[in-house]
Amino acid sequence: MDANTEPIIRVEDLTVAYGNNVVLEDVNFEVRPGEIFVILGGSGCGKSTLLKHMISLQEPVKGRILIDGKDVVTAEGFELLEIFRRIGVMYQHGALFGSMNLLENVCLVLEEFTSLPRAAMETIALMKLNIVGLADSAYKMPSELSGGMKKRAAIARAMALDPKILFLDEPSAGLDPITSAQVDELILKLSRNLKMTFVIVTHELPSIFTVADRVIMLDKNAKTIIAAGTPDELRDKSDNPWVRRFFNRQADDGMSE
Amino acid sequence: MAHIDYQVLREGELEIVVTGRLDTETTGRFWSQVVRKITETRPELLIVEASGVEYCDGAGVALLLRLKHTQEENGRQIQIKGLQSQFEQLMALFDPGRIEKTEQKNTSLTSFVEDTGQVTFRLLQDFKSQVSFIGELSVKLWHALIHPGNLRWRDTFLIAEKSGANAVGITALLGFLIGLILAFQSAVAMRKFGAEIFAADLVTISLFRELGPLLTAFVLASRSGSAFAAELGTMKVNEEIDALTTMGLDPVGFLVVPRVIAAVFVTPLLTMFNNFFGLIGCGLVMTSIGFAPVAVLNQIREAAYLGDLFGGLVKTLVFGTLIAGIGCLRGLQTGTGASAVGDSATRAVVSSIVAIVMADGVFAVGYYFLGI
Repeated sequence: MDANTEPIIRVEDLTVAYGNNVVLEDVNFEVRPGEIFVILGGSGCGKSTLLKHMISLQEPVKGRILIDGKDVVTAEGFELLEIFRRIGVMYQHGALFGSMNLLENVCLVLEEFTSLPRAAMETIALMKLNIVGLADSAYKMPSELSGGMKKRAAIARAMALDPKILFLDEPSAGLDPITSAQVDELILKLSRNLKMTFVIVTHELPSIFTVADRVIMLDKNAKTIIAAGTPDELRDKSDNPWVRRFFNRQADDGMSE
Repeated sequence: MAHIDYQVLREGELEIVVTGRLDTETTGRFWSQVVRKITETRPELLIVEASGVEYCDGAGVALLLRLKHTQEENGRQIQIKGLQSQFEQLMALFDPGRIEKTEQKNTSLTSFVEDTGQVTFRLLQDFKSQVSFIGELSVKLWHALIHPGNLRWRDTFLIAEKSGANAVGITALLGFLIGLILAFQSAVAMRKFGAEIFAADLVTISLFRELGPLLTAFVLASRSGSAFAAELGTMKVNEEIDALTTMGLDPVGFLVVPRVIAAVFVTPLLTMFNNFFGLIGCGLVMTSIGFAPVAVLNQIREAAYLGDLFGGLVKTLVFGTLIAGIGCLRGLQTGTGASAVGDSATRAVVSSIVAIVMADGVFAVGYYFLGI
């Protein structure tokens, strides 16, 4: 990865709070194009909150979040839609529309944003479903799918408009190790072949070591990033004992709390 | 910008020259044109000259794949020449092959018979589940009556407050307006016979015997019946009902019985409010067309007997049971998915209203033979 490339996402001095309860304070980081960037941390440290701010679902107290040079915090109307066209989001439980089959789920965003004929949309939807291995299930309803299939279908839907960046919220949570490994494989395949940038929120260690190029680690007490680097660096070289314990899966002995 | 050119090389051979950017926008413009051209000319060999393609996104790949599949399905040839290797890789990666659409429903006689059978079966099953639910509910209600200590009184009062006390305003308003309208309409008609004062009789008797109980039941069905169905339905979707069952708590006893008792308790009270405000509405019209308030009051007092009032109130006990019972049953029957809860609420209201009117008919016949 070329360290000099212009970052595709830049988060500057981000402070996030629910009422008076500050969740994150002065968070700064950058995501470079084409990398798989993992946001990590224990339960309740604000990982998903950070993600929701990056995709403009919530408004921060202060700070800027630039996606492709555009600030998502201040963006409104058409400008925001332009940003949404460039990103795809997979929600934790898939959030597929239950009243539509998978093909229609993927076609929906194409209908809204493009003027392609119906046959073209269906071909594109089938392609996207094929890449996640679900082309055979295109006419199934979400309720007929297993958890892992739902997540993969949600990735296909997020990819409908060929986004530059995919945000994945806990892609392997609640999946068995084999299915979880399949999702990891899919992420690597997409990253390699389509040069997509990934921002992934997770706390599944095996996934992190398989897919992550770079990791930032958030902490509930510090309310900011306590470590950043490659997964191996964090496991072996971090001077923060809590980070090392996290990576070595040791139970909390009360040292850092 | 992208550009597309067609060239018939020789009999049965068509060359398409694509240049520029094949993105969502340009592909959208080309798609129908290209597909039409292929179906019209039916070339044995289609050559796609793609060395001039600078960029190709999902839509561009989709177009190329579509051409490939159209040719292959008809046993014809395709050659894609000069496509940059990265786009070629995308094609290989995305190609879903041929996906059979799940078969459409055929509209033949067999499917009609099949549908009819299935609908009948579903109706019978629904009837069966209603009967078994009534049985279970009766047992649980009886149990609650003989062991009142086991009933969740706090929940019951809360539900009674929500579906009763909070509904007083709307019931009173509705009763008032219906009394007003009914008195006015009938007074106008009766004026021809000089019998306007009997409009008070008409309003009083119809409110006490029919309109009061029915209107209140409709309000309760649409307000609380649907709420019960939605609440229990959401609990079902969130697996809370399953949690209750595995914790050893019976969902019917835990959730349905308090709701039924609360509804049975509040329906007669709401009906009284409805009747009272209906009479006020009636009185208002009568005094405004020139009758002394005392005359109207006397007329109302002589029009109705206690039997009329209590006959109506007894009906409301049954209506209350039906509304809460059906609301809860529909809630417990909720399926999966976002629309399931909405469907349950709708079915709760519709079934309740049908059941209420049917029960009212039974009461009408019963009261006739009893001479009430």
